Amino acid sequence: MLSGFFISTAMKKLTTLLLCLATSVLIAQGLPNAEIQNLQGQTLDASSLKSDGHPMIVSFWATWCKPCISELNAFHDYYIDLAEETGVKVLAISIDDPRTMSKVAPFVAGQAWEYNIFLDPNSNLRRAMGVNNVPHTFLLDGEGNIVWQANKYVPGEEEELAHKVEALAAGQPIE
Amino acid sequence: MKKLLLLALCASTWSAWGQQSTLRAILQSDAQWYLRDEVLDPSGEFYPDERLLGQGFALFTYTDGDFSAGMRYENYQNVMLGFPPGFRGEGISYRYARLNRDRWNITVGNFYEQFGSGLIFRSYEERGLGLDNAMDGVRIITDLGHGLTVKGVLGRQRLYFGKGEGIVRGLDGEWSLNKVFPSLSEKQLYATVGASFVSKFQKSFDPILNLPNNVGAWATRANLTYKNFAWNTEYAYKINDPSYDNGYIYRPGTAFLSTLSYSQKGLGILASVKRIDNMSFRSNRDGQQFDLFINFLPPTTKPHTYALAALYPYATQVNGEMGGQFEINYMIPRGSKLGGKYGTQLSLNTSMANSIDKGFLEDGTRGEKGTQGYTSNPFAFGPIVYFRDVNASVTRKFSKKYKSQLTLFNFQYNKTVLNDGVGDITLLEAPGTDSIINVQAVVWENQIKLPKGQTLRTEFQLALADGFRGDMAMGLAEWTISPDWTIAVQDIYNYGHPSESRRIHYPIISLIHFNGPTRVQIGYGRQQQGIFCVGGVCRVVPPSSGLSFSLTTSL
Repeated sequence: MLSGFFISTAMKKLTTLLLCLATSVLIAQGLPNAEIQNLQGQTLDASSLKSDGHPMIVSFWATWCKPCISELNAFHDYYIDLAEETGVKVLAISIDDPRTMSKVAPFVAGQAWEYNIFLDPNSNLRRAMGVNNVPHTFLLDGEGNIVWQANKYVPGEEEELAHKVEALAAGQPIE
Repeated sequence: MKKLLLLALCASTWSAWGQQSTLRAILQSDAQWYLRDEVLDPSGEFYPDERLLGQGFALFTYTDGDFSAGMRYENYQNVMLGFPPGFRGEGISYRYARLNRDRWNITVGNFYEQFGSGLIFRSYEERGLGLDNAMDGVRIITDLGHGLTVKGVLGRQRLYFGKGEGIVRGLDGEWSLNKVFPSLSEKQLYATVGASFVSKFQKSFDPILNLPNNVGAWATRANLTYKNFAWNTEYAYKINDPSYDNGYIYRPGTAFLSTLSYSQKGLGILASVKRIDNMSFRSNRDGQQFDLFINFLPPTTKPHTYALAALYPYATQVNGEMGGQFEINYMIPRGSKLGGKYGTQLSLNTSMANSIDKGFLEDGTRGEKGTQGYTSNPFAFGPIVYFRDVNASVTRKFSKKYKSQLTLFNFQYNKTVLNDGVGDITLLEAPGTDSIINVQAVVWENQIKLPKGQTLRTEFQLALADGFRGDMAMGLAEWTISPDWTIAVQDIYNYGHPSESRRIHYPIISLIHFNGPTRVQIGYGRQQQGIFCVGGVCRVVPPSSGLSFSLTTSL
């Protein structure tokens, strides 16, 4: 009876601790505070975009950036399967300014991309994440830590990125 | 006691995880060793006194929960050719502190912001062009609930390492109707409306003209998305604002921009119209070049990235222009006979811009200093053709190893206005004196995957022009030796330049090394005179020859 009481108290403490840890991990997760827009023109805070414990790719691009488009196109061939297998999310953040931002939605449609597309016309998220030029791609683990990044695209990199996503999902370390 | 301990433990974990602070940095450094090139620049007019010019910046951003702060240090020893010479020396050009808590987002110090498309207010940076009109002051953003966000800005604008004397203050309200009427979202209807007011103050001391010390401008906008359709419209009005740009006329300014688009998987269509009338808005009425612009008037033409097509760029004519754009992107589906295994992308884009109608005032004058300037029918095009562009491309991935793109361009480029900077009033007095260049260009790009992770990318370009720069051909080969190393060789041959002495080659060889977020590039060659544009803003780049170095990294 007494031991049962102790076990249940210990369990409660453990649960509280775990809950506490889980809350704090949730807070640590994800992107910095920065105002961005979705394709419906609604404003949202980038920090509200969570990966739900799965790997997440954040790729900064623009409709006028050829290597960015090549990268997102090349990775798309892998993305369809990877999303199913690993739960990876891709956030494609367009830094198009007022000149070209209205082109983003029809452009994305023409490319038939299935990524989550957001607009960062005032470069809020771009500055907060330390992005100088596009393309700039980040890979975040399930806890929201940046585990890999590249400030370029060279053909073949999509394959490397796909392997890293698979490794992350399998709990293996990233080089 | 135990509970307290647990709470303390929980609090410490919270602070260790929840208050995670990060420090990020961006570093960029560029330099060029200039060589005397008597073929490119026979008189030495563009050869700088300094043999080596270099510049760079470092931006630090610190975030700790809902607090952030940052600074940028810039250094120009001396500024490189083609950048505004106002950048001289070194210093901290940008620093701020920001708290984003509950419904408030407060920034003191420098900030970048835009209201809507920026027709009356946009402070932004384009480091590649040396443009930076950051505000120095206070910005407050507050969420009033019910989908209503209000922004207030107050401050002065950056001018190189100093600030403009004019004070800029602005207020913007944006209302997202979906937050109040959630049923709209169920019907796939999203609506946002906004309105803004911006005013500038600059004391005037003109002995002849009675110049306004305060100039106000307002704008309204609506953004509607219904199923696959999206419609954005913005209208702006500015009271009389005599300035260097408009020849000190008292006519109010207006701007109208409207874009309708349709997007479904595999198909995107866009159509936009625009009219700008006397909308230069700077915090210094005597400002020139890119100095102290408060607003941004986006050009509605497609920015081209292929080198020869990019030699004929369009930039908004702030004193008046009228035009539009139409674009269609279509993906022939994968697996279809025409689409092939990976699908084939087709794209067609066309745009045009003319001057606006400018008629004589009742007193028979047009564009005279101190008058209302001119009369204008807002529905009539002006007679001067500024720009026409029709371009189409086909992109197809033939196999895992081979991808190709073919693009055709046809331009009409008003060299007198866009390159020489002659104003429409001058041309209206002397009709037919402007020179419009017809350009036909073709670009064929190929990408081939080689064994061992190597890639070869090639471009063949040809641009035929009936004047100005004349005919040109270009070849480029970019060999990705490994994921970390790329070598690129290109040559532009201006074989058909109207002047025989300018029928020369412009070869460039570059070696690029990547390592995570770091990129180092070394180039050697000859750069032709041209107009270099980012996001529709352009600057003139003088011809140069030499060895260039560039380093960029994020930490």
